[in-house]
Amino acid sequence: MPKDLFKFFSSLKLTVACLLMGCLLVFWGTLAQVHLGLYKAQNEFFRSVLVYWTPSGSNLHIPIFPGGYLLGTVLLINLLCAHLRYYQPGKRKIGIALIHFGVVLLLLGQMLTDFLSRESALHFRIGETKNYTEADRAFELVVLDTSAPDSDKVVAIPCSRLVRRGKVSHPEMPFAVQLKTFYANSQLAQQSQSGYEPVKATAGLGPGIWWREVARETEMNRMDMPSATVEIITPKGSLGTFLVSAWLDRPQTFNFDGRPYELLLRQERYYLPFSLHLIEFRHDRYPGTNIPKNFSSRVRLQNLDNGEDREVRIFMNNPLRYAGETFYQASFDPDDHGSVLQVVHNPSWLTPYFSCVLVATGLIIQFLSHLIPFLKRRLATTGNAAASTAGRRDAGATRKEKKRS
Amino acid sequence: MKKWIPLILVGVMAGWVLSGLRQPSETGFHTSDFGQLPVLMNGRFQPFDSVGRNSLLQIRTKQTVYETDGGKAVTLSATDWLLEAMMKPEAADDRKVFRIDNNEVTELLKVPDNQTYYTFNQIRPQMDEIEKQVRRIEPLESAKRTVFESQLMKLYESLNLYQRLEVSLKPPGSDDFAAELDAYQKSIPAGIAAVNARDAGQKFDQDAFNTLLGFMGGYNTVASFALPLTIPPVDPGLPHDAWQNIGTNLMQTARTGDLNPAAKLYAEMVTAYRAGQPDDFNHAVAGYQAWLGDRFAPQVKKASREYFFSTLEPFYKAMVIYVLALVLALLSWFNLSDWLRRSAFYLVVLAWLIHTFGLVFRMWLEGRPPVTNLYSSAIFIGWGAVILGMVLEKIYRDGIGCVVAGSAGFVTLIIAHNLALSGDTMEMMRAVLDTNFWLATHVVAVTLGYASTFVAGFLAIIYILRGVFTTTLSAETAKSLARMVYGIVCFATLFSFVGTVLGGIWADQSWGRFWGWDPKENGALLIVLWNATILHARWGGLVRERGLMNLAVFGNIVTSFSWFGVNMLGIGLHSYGFMDAAFKWLMLFISSQVAIILLGLLPQKVWRSFSARPAA
Repeated sequence: MPKDLFKFFSSLKLTVACLLMGCLLVFWGTLAQVHLGLYKAQNEFFRSVLVYWTPSGSNLHIPIFPGGYLLGTVLLINLLCAHLRYYQPGKRKIGIALIHFGVVLLLLGQMLTDFLSRESALHFRIGETKNYTEADRAFELVVLDTSAPDSDKVVAIPCSRLVRRGKVSHPEMPFAVQLKTFYANSQLAQQSQSGYEPVKATAGLGPGIWWREVARETEMNRMDMPSATVEIITPKGSLGTFLVSAWLDRPQTFNFDGRPYELLLRQERYYLPFSLHLIEFRHDRYPGTNIPKNFSSRVRLQNLDNGEDREVRIFMNNPLRYAGETFYQASFDPDDHGSVLQVVHNPSWLTPYFSCVLVATGLIIQFLSHLIPFLKRRLATTGNAAASTAGRRDAGATRKEKKRS
Repeated sequence: MKKWIPLILVGVMAGWVLSGLRQPSETGFHTSDFGQLPVLMNGRFQPFDSVGRNSLLQIRTKQTVYETDGGKAVTLSATDWLLEAMMKPEAADDRKVFRIDNNEVTELLKVPDNQTYYTFNQIRPQMDEIEKQVRRIEPLESAKRTVFESQLMKLYESLNLYQRLEVSLKPPGSDDFAAELDAYQKSIPAGIAAVNARDAGQKFDQDAFNTLLGFMGGYNTVASFALPLTIPPVDPGLPHDAWQNIGTNLMQTARTGDLNPAAKLYAEMVTAYRAGQPDDFNHAVAGYQAWLGDRFAPQVKKASREYFFSTLEPFYKAMVIYVLALVLALLSWFNLSDWLRRSAFYLVVLAWLIHTFGLVFRMWLEGRPPVTNLYSSAIFIGWGAVILGMVLEKIYRDGIGCVVAGSAGFVTLIIAHNLALSGDTMEMMRAVLDTNFWLATHVVAVTLGYASTFVAGFLAIIYILRGVFTTTLSAETAKSLARMVYGIVCFATLFSFVGTVLGGIWADQSWGRFWGWDPKENGALLIVLWNATILHARWGGLVRERGLMNLAVFGNIVTSFSWFGVNMLGIGLHSYGFMDAAFKWLMLFISSQVAIILLGLLPQKVWRSFSARPAA
């Protein structure tokens, strides 16, 4: 049985089947982007084990096709098994081995990227300094203890954890936070509107506001705006239910035990061990047009840990790589006075570089090892033949001619 | 005699190519000198000639204006037309330059629908109606517009372009522009004094005030609408690209009092042209050339090089020679004489040399690697495919390489010609794409991958068509075709893989992710996967000769999807915009390929070549 299994997993038929299904999946996933948007199509087709189909008007999830992860894994296994089965060490096969090793590296590297990489953004105005980046899509509930005069004590609870646990307490917080309702994407209104319902809040800004849940965003460049109601439960009883929302950009305050606290829902922050200060942002256009020629941010990088303090210029195709993070020029404010950097943390970013070199070398070796002997043979026959049989149109005919003579 | 025919043919065609450089006879006005003058438009320096050509392509879909005037045919070059439109707009308004193909649009305009080209004066009465419609259509996404709506928008853009060109060198209504400029310059001191006095609340000279403001009104129109930036900076401290349009420049003159010599000379050209005085016109053009001389030598040189390039029309000429080569090569299959095949091969080489000259000249003009946009990708794909064809011909000497080269060259240049209709093909690159290193590596590799996949597919088509419909597919030929296809698929795999991964690395450099499943990326990936599928199916013995051919033909579909199809999805960072006409052609192409695959699937006994073979 394991022998059959090995035979199955090492067969070329499986390779062809996987490649064909890969073609179909890529094609289908590309077309699906028109309706689903890039983000959702990516998750449903490529970053998934199975592709599901939901017949309209039902809640069924019927798996109908292997997703990117499954196909990638099967291809990987297939490749490794096939090598175990067929590979004989020697000069002839070195090309194939390099190609396949490169492909394995590429596939593994991309899977690692999917699991390990983290994307966030850094938006700063000219003159602003920041030592954190903000998640594109993840939010956090923040409780600030503002009693100390020069620094705040911050407890940040990722929304995902709040939703999972329901009730969160923390040693730094003398009370617990109880989630009542959570809308992953929402809209707020100041008066009653159709579809909206009153927020069931008892404290802070919440009472008098109306809200509704809306479908999650599927476009890459649009963001969900979550809202929630949370109750602050102290050992002495409840302080009331607050509305927190991505729409509210100012914190709400309350007091407990004589200390002031602030409550805020904001994009999740990732703190950096250094800070960036935007000195200048440039947006050059081609003369007489609105075609952007270049965007660049001149940034001061300060690392207190090692005393590093220098200026860097970040522009298109020229990111800053520092301390495991990479900062790319991504966008800018409409008034050209602020810059947005895309920040990527990806430990496996180098794998495509290696794999490209490996596969290219392998393909060239493989290609030339067939082409050169073939050309030698070919030119030897036609070269000799052409002299004696000028006027013949078919190469095959010329070769026969030569044999006869 | 037959020995010489190929060389004679090549000589004749080469002579024809060079004949294009002969200066056309002129009506006394040195319009070709004018056509070479540099201006700044679309962010780059170019000659007036290119402004004219690109505008006419957009408005009329041709680079010239051809009219039959009372039985007499008149052809205006792009420069002639532009000159008239800018200097004598009232005459240009009667030229049939607006191409309208849609009957609903002609109905809206209340013009007869039996013409292809219409004059501005025919359309003018309905301008308000057009604008009313446009206000409604403009907010709609281009993919959601009906044919009528998108055609009307296209006409509106053409009208807009045309009207802006009309005020690019002189204010509307001005007749003797040179004399007016003189008067303007003289009116400045008194006029400025009057303006200042009025602002200070003192008594002021109403006449001087009105005169100056009268001039300024016209110049203001020019300043806001003129398209090419025609006036170079006089102050050497200014950057070399700080050109202005003539309106902005004249408005500035009110402050400085100094008339820019370029503005003065352009005004003289306008006056001379309107008065029908060739000598004065030529004098002013020559004066301006002399003035530009050393001050703007690089711009002058670039403009005249581009003028030379456009006049030579290397891609058009190469296209014609490719067709000729294709026909001769096809004939050589049926006629056994070798001179046909040799003629075809020589012509392919000639056409390819011209093609290469055009490609390299363009790269030199732009200072860029060969592929910068969809247009140049077509030219480059053709170029690469022709090389493969020539190599095959050199190896096999059986006309197949010539047919591949001839048709690849012809078809891709036709596609390029149609892509050029959207306007300037040497437009500046957006910030993300502005890097010669990646354009030279990623884009070139991917494009060569496209080219070779197409060549493999095309060889397979030859195999199927010759096999099914003729008896010329001998067992030998079939075997060499199979070898060619296999070799080229290997080649295609190499280039498409390397190109795709380099693209990922570029994306990693500029957007911070190696792979984002963007449609263009997926398209490239599809080609890699498909070529890998072909190779593995072949190695695994899942397909033999005919199966290989069918898979290779399907490669054409995959490649066309990735080259054009993904741009039509209208999403993704790479998309060049929706192209509905191209969509129709793409569908047509895909259906034809499906039809060929169906032919390829026919049982062997139906294939004329196989049934003719003695017990193959």
